[in-house]
Amino acid sequence: MSDAVLVSLSINDEVRPVAIPIDRTLLDVLREDLRLTGAKRACEAGACGACNVLIDGHTARSCLTLAADLEGCAVRTIEGLAQDGVPSVVQQAFLDAGAIQCGFCMPGMIMSATELLADNPSPTIAEIRTGISGNLCRCSGYVKVIEAIALAARRLAPSRPMAAAS
Amino acid sequence: MLMKSPKTEAAIGLTMSRLEALEKASGAAAFTEDMTLPGMLHGALVLSPHAHARILGYDLSRALALPGVKAVITGAEIGRRYMGLVVKDETALAVDKVRYIGEPVAAVAAIDVATARAAAALVEVEYEPLPAVFTIEEAIAEGAPILHEDFASYFKIYDASTCRLPNELTRSEIILGDVAKGFAECDVVVERVYETAAQNHIYMEPCAALAAVDGRGKVTVWSSTQSVFRTQANVHESLGIPMARIRSVVPRVGGGFGGKSEATVQPVAAALALKTGRPVRVVLSREEDMITMRARHPARMRVKTGARRDGTLVAREFEAWFDGGAYADDSPAVLNFAMFFAGGPYRFEHVRVEGHAIYTNKLRAGAFRGFGNPQATFASESQIDEIARELGMDPLELRLKNIVKPGDRWLGGQTLATSGLEACIDKVIDASRWRERHGSPLPAPAGKRRGLGLTLTAHVCGFLSTSAIVRLAEDGSVTLNTGAVDLGQGSDTVLSQMCAAGLGLGVDDVNFVAPDTDASPYNSGTNCSRVTYMVGRAVGEATQAVQAKMAKIAARILECPEDDVELLPGGLMGVAGSNRTVSFKEIAARSLWFADGGGPVIGSGSIMHNEPLDPKHTLLSGMVSFHNVGAFIFGAQVAEVEIDEVTGKVDIVEAWCAHDVGRAVNPGAVEGQIQGGFVQGAGYALSEEMLWKGGRLINPSLSDYKIPCALDVPYEIRSFVVEVPDPTHPFGAKGVGEPPLIGAGPVIANAIADAGFRVRRLPITPERMLRAMLNGEDGVDV
Ligand code: FES
Ligand code: FES
Repeated sequence: MSDAVLVSLSINDEVRPVAIPIDRTLLDVLREDLRLTGAKRACEAGACGACNVLIDGHTARSCLTLAADLEGCAVRTIEGLAQDGVPSVVQQAFLDAGAIQCGFCMPGMIMSATELLADNPSPTIAEIRTGISGNLCRCSGYVKVIEAIALAARRLAPSRPMAAAS
Repeated sequence: MLMKSPKTEAAIGLTMSRLEALEKASGAAAFTEDMTLPGMLHGALVLSPHAHARILGYDLSRALALPGVKAVITGAEIGRRYMGLVVKDETALAVDKVRYIGEPVAAVAAIDVATARAAAALVEVEYEPLPAVFTIEEAIAEGAPILHEDFASYFKIYDASTCRLPNELTRSEIILGDVAKGFAECDVVVERVYETAAQNHIYMEPCAALAAVDGRGKVTVWSSTQSVFRTQANVHESLGIPMARIRSVVPRVGGGFGGKSEATVQPVAAALALKTGRPVRVVLSREEDMITMRARHPARMRVKTGARRDGTLVAREFEAWFDGGAYADDSPAVLNFAMFFAGGPYRFEHVRVEGHAIYTNKLRAGAFRGFGNPQATFASESQIDEIARELGMDPLELRLKNIVKPGDRWLGGQTLATSGLEACIDKVIDASRWRERHGSPLPAPAGKRRGLGLTLTAHVCGFLSTSAIVRLAEDGSVTLNTGAVDLGQGSDTVLSQMCAAGLGLGVDDVNFVAPDTDASPYNSGTNCSRVTYMVGRAVGEATQAVQAKMAKIAARILECPEDDVELLPGGLMGVAGSNRTVSFKEIAARSLWFADGGGPVIGSGSIMHNEPLDPKHTLLSGMVSFHNVGAFIFGAQVAEVEIDEVTGKVDIVEAWCAHDVGRAVNPGAVEGQIQGGFVQGAGYALSEEMLWKGGRLINPSLSDYKIPCALDVPYEIRSFVVEVPDPTHPFGAKGVGEPPLIGAGPVIANAIADAGFRVRRLPITPERMLRAMLNGEDGVDV
C-alpha cells in the first residue's frame, strides 16, 4: 500500500475530503471508492476514452489520472451532466439521434462531445470526427454519434448557420 | 391466425430510441463490473506462460499466505468436467495440460483486485513444456504433437469420423453436381488463394462475471453474456452443479459480437464463490481478455471458379482451412457456416466445398459476427471480380446474370422463399452512380488512386430454438419475457415493439423482462442475426395465444360469437362492424376474478425452424446439422476507396450498403446495425490483425491492435433499408446484425482492385498495400 494523502475532491460540484493513496487512479476512486460507475474501464491504458471525465472543463482519461493530484480541480463525470434530473442537451441529442447501442463507450463519448461543443459551438463534420477520435466505439460506426453531436450543436446555437447541419 | 391491421401495428416501422437509452446516457446503466454485493471478493486468473505443456504440480502456499487472499483454485481441484456447444473439449481451468499461452490454470479470490492479482502472480505451477504447433501446416504435419489426445472420446454433436489429419477437429464436404464435369465445360477458370487474419471482438466491455451462493447452495451468476441459458449450461457442465442450482442473469452488456456466446469467466467466478461462500466478481483486463478469450478464425481458402464465355457461372470449388486454436468452441459450426456460403448467391450448377478446422496452440477461435461467412464471402466475392476481369465483363453485369432468384435452391437444398437481392443491388448501384462511374479511372488527388468496388452478401438469420411468454396484467398492460439478451443492438426495444404490435398496444404498455434462467423461457442465444427473426416469431405466437384467450372472454362480455371479436388499437377488443368495445383491463379483470373468466391470460410461443436439407440435392458429410438455418438475407454494398501511393494507406471515401431486412421494425436501429457492422468489417479489412510470435500474442492492447476510430472511417456510410417481407415472420422481419460486416472485406478489396491492385489477404495494411503496388497484386500462390 502506498502512502495516502488527504485531498478535497470536487466531483460534480460536491466537495469531499478523501484519503487517496498517491498511486490510485481517478477511475478507481470514482468507481470503487465513490461508487460513481458511469466512467468505464475498457483498456486502462489511455487508448479508448471510455473512462473520460472533465477536469476543469477539459476531458481527461481518468484511468491515467492520479486522483491525489486533483486538489483544487473541478471534476465532472457523466453522472454530473444532468441538471435536476433533466439530461443535458448533448445527452438528449445522443438519445434523439439513436446514437447509443451497448452504451459502454457512451459516458466517455458524451464527455468528449461536451468539451468539443464548449470549445467549438459550430463544429464541422471533420471537426466532430477529430473531436471524438480518442473515443473508441465498437457498435455504432460513429455515424449516428456524429449526427448526435451536430444535433446538439444546432440545439445549443439555434440561430447560427451550421456547417454540420446537412 | 394473428389478428392484425395497419392500425394495431403502429409500433412496427417506428424509429424509437432504445428503452434503456437514457439510463445509458446518464451513466446509470449497470454493467457487470458496476455491480457489487456485500462482502464481495475479487477474482484474478493465473494464465499459462506455455503454449503447450503438461502440468506437473502446483504450489499455492505463497499465494495463500498473502494477507487478504481467501481462496485459490486449480483445474486439478475442479477436475475433468468438459463443456462446449459443439464439442465438449474444454474445462473451466486447465487440467493436466495447457494448450495456449494465456490459458487459465488457476484462480484466486481476495479482498480487492490488487491483492487478487498479486496472489495470482505468486501461484506456482510446475510445467513440462511440450512441442507446440502454431500454424495449420505444423499442426497437420505427420508426427505433429497432438493437442487433444482424447479427442475421439469427447462428446460431439457432429460426425468427426471423417477427420484424418493430426489435430483435425472437423472435416466436412458439400457436393452439388460434378465439378470436374463443370470445369470441363468452362471457357474461363480462375483459381486463387485468399487469406484472412484473426480478428479480436473488442467488445468495449471486457468479459466479467459476478457469482454469489445462497444458503441452499444455489449459485446466481450475473455476467456479460449473449445467452443466460448457455451460461447456465456451461457452469453446470464445467462445475458439475445441477442446473436447478444455477441461476444465470444478465445486467447490461457492453457488446458481444459472438465473443460472449459461450463460457467466459462465469465458471471461475462460480467456483470461487462456492469455495469461499462469498460473492466473487471476476473482471478481465483488456490484455487478459485479448489473450485468453477468443478470436475470429484465421482462414486460408483456395477457390476455383469456372464460367462460360457469355458470363454464365458454371462450377465452383472451395477448399477452406480454418485455424481453430486450442479448443473447438464453435469451430465446426463456424467452418460449416462458411462452407454453406462458399458458392455465394449465384446459380452454380456444380459446387464442391471441402472444409477443415484444425487445432493449434493458440487462442481458441469461435463465434464472431458473421460466423465464418466474412472469410468465405471475402474469398468468393473477390473471385467473382477476378473472373469478371478475365471475361472482360463488368462485375455488376456478371453478378446480375447469375444471382439466385426466389424459388431457387441453396447449397443443401433449401428453397429461397423471397429475395431482396436485386432491390439491394439497384439501391447501391443507383446511389453510387456505378454505371456512370465504374470502368474508367476515378478522379483522385495527386499521389492518390481511387477505385469503386461492389460486393453482394448472402446470409441466414435463424438457428436453434426460442420461446416467449406474454402475460396480461390487471391494468391491461402486458409483460413480455423471452430470455433473449440485448447486447446493445436494441433487441429489447424491437421485441417490445413487436409485442406491442401483436396486441395493438403502444410500446409503453409492454413491460420487458430482463433474461433470467429462473423466470424466462428458453432462448438459445443472441447470435446468428436471429433475435428479430426467431424470437420475433415466438413473440408473434405468444401474442396470438393471448389474443385467442382474450377473444374468448371478450365474446362473453360483448355477448357475441367469438369469431366476430376483433382486435382494436389502444388496448381494446370490439365486435366487428359495430362500435361496441371492451378494454383489455376489463378482460383482465374478468379472467382474474370471475368464475367464467378462465384464469389469468398467458400466451406462449415456442419456435424451432425446421427446413430439412435434401440429400438428393446436395451430398453433405462431417457437418453440424443445418436443418434449422432460418431465412435467407441478402445485401449489396459499394465502396469507393482512395489509396495513398506513398504510404500505402487505404481510406474509404464513401460506402453504400443496402440490406434486405424483410421489414424494419425499428428503422433507426437497423441503420445503426448497418453502419456499425460495416465499420467493424472495415477494421477487419484494413487494420485488425492479432499477431502471434512463438505462440505469444504480441499485440494485446488497444494501442497495438487498431480498431477504427472516427477518423478511420467516413461519415458517408449510406445505409439503405430494403423491405421484402418474410412470409414466416408475423411482421415480415428478418435479421441484419451480421451482413453489413460480411460485405466490408470484399467490397473494400474489390475497390482496391478497381484502382489496379488485387490483394488476396486481409487485413490490407499499408505494408501489404505497398507490396501490392510494387508487384501489381498481393497474396500467396495456389
Ligand atoms: S479505460 Fe481509460 S482510456 Fe481506456
Ligand atoms: S455503443 Fe457500444 S461501444 Fe459504443
